[in-house]
Amino acid sequence: MNYSKPKFKEKYGNFINGKFEAPDDGEYFDNHSPIDNKLLAKYPRSKESDVKKAIEAANNAKDAWGKTSVGERSAMLMKIADVIEANLNEFAQMETADNGKAIRETVNADVPLAVDHFRYFASVIRAEEGSATELNENTVSLIIREPLGVVAQIIPWNFPLLMLAWKVAPALASGNCVVLKPAEQTPASATFLAEKIADILPPGVFNVIHGFGPEAGKPLASSGRVDKVAFTGETTTGQLIMQYASKNLNPVTMELGGKSPNVFFSSIMDHDDDFLDKCIEGAVLFAFNQGEVCTAPSRLLIQEDIYDAFIEKVIARTEAIKMGDPFDMNTMMGAQASNDQHEKILSYIEIGKEEGAKVLTGGAAMKLEGDLSKGFYIQPTILKGHNKMRVFQEEIFGPVLAVCTFKDEAEAIEIANDTLYGLGAGVWTRDAHQLYQVPRAIKAGRVWVNCYHDYPAHAPFGGYKKSGFGRENHLMMLNHYRQTKNMLISYDKKKLGFF
Amino acid sequence: MEFNRVEITEEAALIVEQLKQQHGEVIFHQSGGCCDGSSPMLLPKEDFYIDDNDILLGEVAGVPFYMSHDQFEYWKHTHLTVALTNGRGASFSLEIPLGKRFIIKSRLLKEEEINFLNK
Repeated sequence: MNYSKPKFKEKYGNFINGKFEAPDDGEYFDNHSPIDNKLLAKYPRSKESDVKKAIEAANNAKDAWGKTSVGERSAMLMKIADVIEANLNEFAQMETADNGKAIRETVNADVPLAVDHFRYFASVIRAEEGSATELNENTVSLIIREPLGVVAQIIPWNFPLLMLAWKVAPALASGNCVVLKPAEQTPASATFLAEKIADILPPGVFNVIHGFGPEAGKPLASSGRVDKVAFTGETTTGQLIMQYASKNLNPVTMELGGKSPNVFFSSIMDHDDDFLDKCIEGAVLFAFNQGEVCTAPSRLLIQEDIYDAFIEKVIARTEAIKMGDPFDMNTMMGAQASNDQHEKILSYIEIGKEEGAKVLTGGAAMKLEGDLSKGFYIQPTILKGHNKMRVFQEEIFGPVLAVCTFKDEAEAIEIANDTLYGLGAGVWTRDAHQLYQVPRAIKAGRVWVNCYHDYPAHAPFGGYKKSGFGRENHLMMLNHYRQTKNMLISYDKKKLGFF
Repeated sequence: MEFNRVEITEEAALIVEQLKQQHGEVIFHQSGGCCDGSSPMLLPKEDFYIDDNDILLGEVAGVPFYMSHDQFEYWKHTHLTVALTNGRGASFSLEIPLGKRFIIKSRLLKEEEINFLNK
């Protein structure tokens, strides 16, 4: 199949109460593709009044939606999954046009994972049970889960559809209504999804508001009429959203990124086999999604006795990354999502060089031909340095790998944990003891062992330290979107005796 | 000779002035983490809770520039300049609706600067 930029309408609306609506003040913003910086479409520049309408719609829908049976909700989520799957190529093309990532990733990862996510939560709610405990012969405790009500969700631009699925599927499955604000760089797939599923969900259950953080995000996050705020993004906005939530005494969950270590022990080079080949790819996964992944393995830690031999293979594999038209199935790495990200990444490469990091490969913007010359491309870059350098400590969110060496297990763990963050980590070894002990010693919510960048719906994902709190994926996610109702029932006819 | 840890470009300062007219007193807070992290955020002063966990690095365009203490530990050997670029950033930073984004340009502090700033 040949992929290309899909057709967009001139402009789109917010999705409120089951219908598309123009913003109250008639203002729109231009959404450009990072592939060639050309205009894709206009989206609403919503303000507080639009946000309030969406919150109102969700509040009006929440009682009836909260009472639907799990069977009904499950059937609707299954239909949503089917609709995404039936339009897989269209969703993938839209995602590639909007975000800049390579079509081989949207076709094979972003969209199928989103489909699976809806199916997982549609299924798991039907197998769930509450609990009943006889506390003594006359007293029974029933635990019943109830939806929170209205959930505000603010999602990022790196996996627009998949991050939507991660947040929306469990929230709807648990019986909540949603007001979603997609990132302003990537409004396309959420809007396309709303178009496709408008007839599946009752009006007001799923609402999409577009606009800018200070104008639309803030009134959504600070509203006293939402019952929870879920956010993926950076730390300052995370703090701000928690402050707003504290005024409303609302629960929040936060996913705030990381600077994930990817640790390779000597034993990986004991044999030249498939596993070693997998290890090399595992190190090069820093370039997956142009490095715009919260868990990007952006710190590569290699045991010093294999450093020269292993890094040579990693550099060779990195230099084989094919860049070009993101709509070409052979292109491995596409455009960075926006001009400001592009600038930020280049400024990090500069400070890395100034701090004394050695450029092993890449180290500059990538110049492509024709229309692509106006897009935002960066060469996959490897910098050799030490863990105190800023390129080892800050999330660059680009295809920039910082590599250092370690002597032994103790030093590997020390370096891995010398970071403000704790979202992801990778450990690669043939040693059975290291396989268990090293991941346990790393302070991160997800440690991939002899693999990386796998995101199954039924494995919990989330951060330690400044990477946030709360989890996504897995059925435990349902309880981040529910209250616990305890009914304590007495079957005793006798009074207590106090009065 | 006086040295500082943080400066601002003329172009960025003009946008700060414009946003001050619109929003009143503002602060910069250096963000970290995912997505639009590692960029400075310009926020209404009353909105953002600052306490002893934050360090005041200096003032630019009449606006205080803060960073959390633990982040500063990794940044303290570098000099920062708030610059401006075109772009559609996310986050709650006030310049976003203008289609502009503040970014940080960094360089290493020179020895005489370190001696002055740490004295």
